Amino acid sequence: MARAHLLNNVTATPKTKSNAETNVVGKPVPRKEGRAKVTGAARYVDDMRVEGLLHGATVRSAVARGRIREIKFGAGVPWDEFVVVTAKDIPGENVVALITLDQPYLAAEFVNHPEEPILLLAHPDKHLLEKARRAVTVEIEPLPPVFTLAESDAKTEIIWGADNVFKSYLVDKGNVDDAWPEADLIVEGEYETGAQEHLYIEPNGVVAVADAEQGVTVWGSMQCPYYVHKALLKLFALPEDKVRVVQTETGGGFGGKEEFPSMIAGHAALLSWRAGGRPVKIIYDRAEDMVASTKRHPSRTRHKTAVTKDGRLLGMEIDFVVDGGAYATLSSVVLSRGTIHAAGPYHCPHVRVHARAVATNAPPHGAFRGFGAPQSIFALERHLDKVATAVGLSPEEFRRRNFVREGQTLATGQVVREPVDMEGLLARAFELTDYQAKRERFARENEGASVKRGIGFASFMHGAGFTGSGEVYLQSVVGVEATAEGVVRVLAASTEIGQGTNTIFAQLAAEALGLDYELIEVLQPDTGHVPNSGPTVASRTTMIVGKLVESAAAGLRQTLQNAGLLGATYTTEEWRAACRAHCERYGALKSFSQYQPPPGIHWDEGKYQGDAYGTYAWAVYVAEVAVDTVTYEARVEDFVALQEVGKVVHPVLAAGQIEGGVAQAIGWTLYENVVWQQGRMLNAQMTNYIIPTAADIPPIRVYFEEQPYPYGPRGAKGIGELPMDGGAPAILNAIEHATGVSFTHVPLMPEALMKGLLEDA
Amino acid sequence: MRSYLPDYNLRAPRDLAATLDVLTQEPGVWRPFAGGTDLMVLLDAGLLAHRNFLSIWHLPELKGVEVTDTHVTLGALVTYTDVQRHETLAREFPLLAAAARETGGIAIQSRGTLGGNVANASPAADTPPALLVYDAELELVSQGGARWLAYQDFHTGYRQTVMRADELLARIRLPRTTAGWQTYYRKVGTRKAQAISKVCFAAGARVDAGRIGDVRLAVGSVAPTVVRCARTEDLLRGHELDGELIAAARASLAQEIAPIDDMRSTADYRQRVATNLLADFLGQLT
Amino acid sequence: MSDETAATAEITCTVNGVRRTLSAHPLARLLDVLREQLSLTGTKEGCGEGECGACSVLVDGALVNSCLIPVLQVAGTKIETVEGLASDAQLHAVQQAFIEAGGAQCGICTPGMIMAAVQLLTEKPQPTDADIRNGLAGNLCRCTGYMKIFDAVVRACQRAGEPT
Repeated sequence: MARAHLLNNVTATPKTKSNAETNVVGKPVPRKEGRAKVTGAARYVDDMRVEGLLHGATVRSAVARGRIREIKFGAGVPWDEFVVVTAKDIPGENVVALITLDQPYLAAEFVNHPEEPILLLAHPDKHLLEKARRAVTVEIEPLPPVFTLAESDAKTEIIWGADNVFKSYLVDKGNVDDAWPEADLIVEGEYETGAQEHLYIEPNGVVAVADAEQGVTVWGSMQCPYYVHKALLKLFALPEDKVRVVQTETGGGFGGKEEFPSMIAGHAALLSWRAGGRPVKIIYDRAEDMVASTKRHPSRTRHKTAVTKDGRLLGMEIDFVVDGGAYATLSSVVLSRGTIHAAGPYHCPHVRVHARAVATNAPPHGAFRGFGAPQSIFALERHLDKVATAVGLSPEEFRRRNFVREGQTLATGQVVREPVDMEGLLARAFELTDYQAKRERFARENEGASVKRGIGFASFMHGAGFTGSGEVYLQSVVGVEATAEGVVRVLAASTEIGQGTNTIFAQLAAEALGLDYELIEVLQPDTGHVPNSGPTVASRTTMIVGKLVESAAAGLRQTLQNAGLLGATYTTEEWRAACRAHCERYGALKSFSQYQPPPGIHWDEGKYQGDAYGTYAWAVYVAEVAVDTVTYEARVEDFVALQEVGKVVHPVLAAGQIEGGVAQAIGWTLYENVVWQQGRMLNAQMTNYIIPTAADIPPIRVYFEEQPYPYGPRGAKGIGELPMDGGAPAILNAIEHATGVSFTHVPLMPEALMKGLLEDA
Repeated sequence: MRSYLPDYNLRAPRDLAATLDVLTQEPGVWRPFAGGTDLMVLLDAGLLAHRNFLSIWHLPELKGVEVTDTHVTLGALVTYTDVQRHETLAREFPLLAAAARETGGIAIQSRGTLGGNVANASPAADTPPALLVYDAELELVSQGGARWLAYQDFHTGYRQTVMRADELLARIRLPRTTAGWQTYYRKVGTRKAQAISKVCFAAGARVDAGRIGDVRLAVGSVAPTVVRCARTEDLLRGHELDGELIAAARASLAQEIAPIDDMRSTADYRQRVATNLLADFLGQLT
Repeated sequence: MSDETAATAEITCTVNGVRRTLSAHPLARLLDVLREQLSLTGTKEGCGEGECGACSVLVDGALVNSCLIPVLQVAGTKIETVEGLASDAQLHAVQQAFIEAGGAQCGICTPGMIMAAVQLLTEKPQPTDADIRNGLAGNLCRCTGYMKIFDAVVRACQRAGEPT
């Protein structure tokens, strides 16, 4: 009995509607590196054994903003045994090369955030190293800091550039000023979201070997080896072939290991350089990782919406601001994605989005699953419930009247050219959750109950791949090679960080070649051996890079067929024989493929108009909550995630992505509160920054619809970020249903929930 | 690891007598070290101020649960896992079993001890409210002998106790006088498992013919020490429950606790939730 | 303060069935000794504060966080780590189930999670939903949302019930 109950409740075997016939794609083949992971054999960076290793540590700023006066080395430490690096020891440029060249590797004169790196130390004894780190004191003359988005936006103090603004965008569709006079109703709202720590379970870490003769080699936990490569070139002023970056098994990223590894890799390499090429390892402990590395951008969104009395959207004016922290890093790009998603999957004739990323004296906020979209979608999907109420419609009926349809346009003017069916998704999601009946039943039963239940939803989309012309600019390349034994190897810089890159690439190559999945290997990303297939970000690995894997694999087959070594159809043995013959006659058998944009994609970077993404995944998520009015704790009791994602390449991995993303969204909404004190994270321990445990996560029921995307491999679209988007608004919409109180910020901690309920009462 | 290990000592004396001998010979120099679930966290964070420790984990004199007609006596090294597995405790002392179940995860429950939870003297500890409700008594032993005292008299201030430097907490004794009581335990920590309490509330009552025959209330994380709320108990004892009495009890409890704002929660929240829990408990009495 | 500096302790214990003599500072974390002296790097460090469970191992059959155990306290014990679960080429039923169900994503919590699952199924061969959730609540996973991990545990106990 117990087990049957469990299977029904817990094992969300995704229900899919499929059409294309495939042999490997769409099948739950075993994860490539699964065996290594379950036996403990998988080697993460801290598992590397290195002879003659030095351990590295970072001395950081204790203040948020100021001018460095003096660095003092305390007594009781044998300083002559230590390798010490400061800004003046940097052989190249003291800047982390990313987009804007504003962030130093080591602060030289000014510090702009708490925990900013100032000095590096290395020693063979990691315990003595820690003692030494504590014995360094840096005297800093404080300068007036800015800690909040609102203060920065108000420009009370200028801390970055001329106006504290890293980047701003304006999206203008129609003329929103025309909408106000026509409107029957204008509804305004303001929404805020907090920072979120990635909390990958493996903290950041690298090992580096660097000297002038051999160049620089770094092994580490990372998402984007070529980002690190680019940064090290500038830091050491070396030619490309003198820098090599190798990704080791990576214990989770979620965006947290997109840009940050360039920093820690540079630090370890600087120490090794100074130590004459001795290997240096830096592994952050949890406290350092939490306090010093990136987090999700806090945001504030203001909505002003014009509607007719029958619930048609006429105009949307959206002011979207994100807090970028002290340096520009990726804020412009995060802002971009948040801006483009700010008006959601709705058709509205007049839309204006003003967006800006502003500076504060906190450690830079960075990439985090969803990349700005969860922030702006939270605001929109909360606001639309408010607008619906104002016009006297149910949240679902209001959305039904405004969902975008094929042939209509999104906020950037992009014409939707795929057969999107948001209404159909909504109907199915409601059926799966018994939404209507629960909506009525809960409202009835909540009267006088101390635990109040509610159900709510969010409807949204998420663009796959880089924005606009981003993919064209990247020009990603993938290689596929075959050995004389007929083993096929995929060469790409796209990293396996848990999401299943190795497995997906092997499936796509196997499918393209008609070979067994077991015959395919995916090489460890190593800039010395693999081409640049772009960063592992932006829900692009399966859709964009997977497509390149597919076409590079096809190129391999074609080479063999053109050489007359392989027939139109072939067995595995014939494949092996052909590879052997080719390798003997012509040497290495390799094929490369480079990104080509789908036809008819137009993007105007200046006006922020056009086809922002080649395609989108579309979704409706429904959350059921219970709010305990004794403790003011809200729990999610059931969660349905329904999405249209193109072809599902691997049903178990795909469902795993959705479940994991939903769990992170639940965390962001109800549990994860970064407590700031003077720009510094105060609760930088797992004990005090709490993420949901196995006991807290509700059954997450995942359902896919498959509308194959012609330009994705086997019709696949991107899904990695999508599940981060819908949870927060769906949960807060459900809490409003349960309590009658409209909350406008996340995280919604019990303390805030209490305040809201008491103010209402 | 943010501590420099050579600065620290950990020794494992042969037996209890040898342990007490060291504690007497060098008073204040050595402190007991049980399952390590608190001290190792501090050591790792570089926050362990004391340097010299005696491991007591292996001492058989401090282990086991003894049941007599009048008492259940637990060795100080009884773990949260031991508590959950003990039938008499599960049956007669459900508050303690609940507290043990809700402290940390399984791996913490394997190593965390009741003695450690008490001697560590954190106001946010999860078993002390239960122990207070059960009128627990503590046995402190030293080379000079043993003394028993009411647990209620043990804590004197934030992380301060009456225990002397040469003493060791050996046993915890629970009188078997609460069978048939209605009990209530709520640990409030936002997430369901592995949380540090924002409020921890334990209560027990005996209802005789519609009146509260006896009642005991204890709350954690709302004052510098865990609090036994005697004035509120007095107010309730012997009375029939009604809305007015519950309101008065809430007001009284609010006077007996003194919560603060910290990174985990706010004073307002703790105050309101503690009184809500009291009302919830009283409302469930039959 | 005692001015005596701590000596290195010699500790004998059994690790994955092999008798070992370890030499370390008595307060050295079992986690570090396993990883650095015995090269058993399957046991991971995620937090160093007993919160995440990535360092979970079994000591005398009890699930513990090896980051919170001073090595002095494992003298005479039997320790099992993830490396000791599979026998030759045969994976433990829980390991096999984690692969099939998709219970491992990034893999960093996996060894600890698997040790917790093994201990849970030893205690409760037929766990309920609540048993599984509570049994794994001390092991944090940031990738899976736990669903596939629960699925793996259910599969493992189903497999254990099958005739071999």
